Amino acid sequence: MKKIEAIVKPFKLEEVKDALAEVGVVGMSVSEVKGFGRQKGHTEIYRGSEYTVDFLPKMKIETVVADQAVEEAVKAITNAANTGKIGDGKIFVLPIEQAIRIRTGENGDEAI
Amino acid sequence: MEELIQTIDSGDTAWILTASALVLFMTIPGLSFFYAGLVRKKNVLSVLMHCFVITCVMTILWLLYAYSGCFAEDGKVFGSAKYSILNGLGAKPHGNADTIPHELFFIFQMTFFIITPALMVGAFVERIKFSAVLWFTGLWALLVYVPACHTVWGGGLFGEMGVKDFAGGIVVHITAGVGALVACIVLGPRTGHPDTQMMPHNLPMTVAGTGMLWVGWFGFNGGSAVAADGSAAMAIVVTQISAATAALTWMFVEWFKHGKPSVLGIVTGSIAGLAAITPASGVVGPQGALIIGLASGFICWYASTAIKAKFGYDDSLDVFGVHGVGGLIGTLLLAFLGAKDALDGRGDFIAGPQFVVQLKAALAVGAYTLVVTWVILKAVDAMVGLRVDEQDENSGLDVSSHGESGYND
Repeated sequence: MKKIEAIVKPFKLEEVKDALAEVGVVGMSVSEVKGFGRQKGHTEIYRGSEYTVDFLPKMKIETVVADQAVEEAVKAITNAANTGKIGDGKIFVLPIEQAIRIRTGENGDEAI
Repeated sequence: MEELIQTIDSGDTAWILTASALVLFMTIPGLSFFYAGLVRKKNVLSVLMHCFVITCVMTILWLLYAYSGCFAEDGKVFGSAKYSILNGLGAKPHGNADTIPHELFFIFQMTFFIITPALMVGAFVERIKFSAVLWFTGLWALLVYVPACHTVWGGGLFGEMGVKDFAGGIVVHITAGVGALVACIVLGPRTGHPDTQMMPHNLPMTVAGTGMLWVGWFGFNGGSAVAADGSAAMAIVVTQISAATAALTWMFVEWFKHGKPSVLGIVTGSIAGLAAITPASGVVGPQGALIIGLASGFICWYASTAIKAKFGYDDSLDVFGVHGVGGLIGTLLLAFLGAKDALDGRGDFIAGPQFVVQLKAALAVGAYTLVVTWVILKAVDAMVGLRVDEQDENSGLDVSSHGESGYND
């Protein structure tokens, strides 16, 4: 099992969700996050005072998939979240030791 | 008795009843929202609270003495206490408003007494102690607003000199603007100012508050004719023109200077134009209003950005730059734009001599406000302290002073 963490532009969330569903991913968690990478922030001006906004809003999608499904899921996210412009985000793949479904006690691939 | 009652005009009375509601609406919730949106979210409730509690405190002070101090027909600087708790009003209207019931004049003028100290909230937000808000605004209203109002409108010193202040350029905006400037200097800047970023937390709230202020201003200026007549109508016409012109001026200046027309810029400009036309709305015509709008949009923008940055005082929400400077612009320009021989002026005065009177009254009230505000603040500091401690300031006044948060899940 692997966990896929994807940081994407907020307006791309729906497309990424649909693309993942299409390749058989049945669940995910999302959270609103703020951060910066190479895109950096931008400036805002209020009554002449200039403010630098370093942390830009992004969506973080977390999902756990079976080993053999990782490649397809990553491809789905990459295609759906790509705009070709700086700030599209990143995908991280992490190993997962165990997964348990609380209701039934099932574990491993059956639990995801 | 019968003869006196006959002077009451139902049209005038209906309009001032309406105008009173409009002006109260300017403070709660208009000004409250205008300011609350501009602070950080940990202080949103404290700003709403300041405006609300000021409304309540001023109501009681107005009843106990302040109305009488302002409008009793005696005394050069302070009126006597003969109308305290509405004593001795009888059926006779006040001389300033002889076609409406005296109680109505009382409540209409009360709404001005409420908004004036509330305007100063913008200068001391995010750091002042709550008890200091009560002491400072209460004493300030009695010792600054009352004599300013009595001398200009209540038949005192400057009224006798012939000063023109239709709806409160001197009485409301110069006193509040100068008081705010002194307050922010005596209190000192917010911890972290100007290095820490302190962005407005909710501009839609500020835009909504501005709209309420603008609409309410029809009652503020239109009501100051204390009659439902052509003068009231023209006051509203020039109010609208000045607000729109100043808003556009501020917007274009920022667009040119920073590359983008900002929402905060256009709404702030409208308030500058409204403040500036206030004293002039009884004497200038539409052309004069265009000029006052242009001048206030540009000069208030400059005062709130360049001048504030140069001197480094933390007038957090630009009370001085917008209200003090705006009020002064209108007070002085009306001498030229409202004179009977100038443009479309409606006044009965000559520009030159009137300008001298306007300048004298504005400077005298400004200087008096400066000194007395400073003394009051020092006294309040000695009594209860002016600022919360740094830890409470960092936590935000909502939690540290009021035990509540503005936004919960």
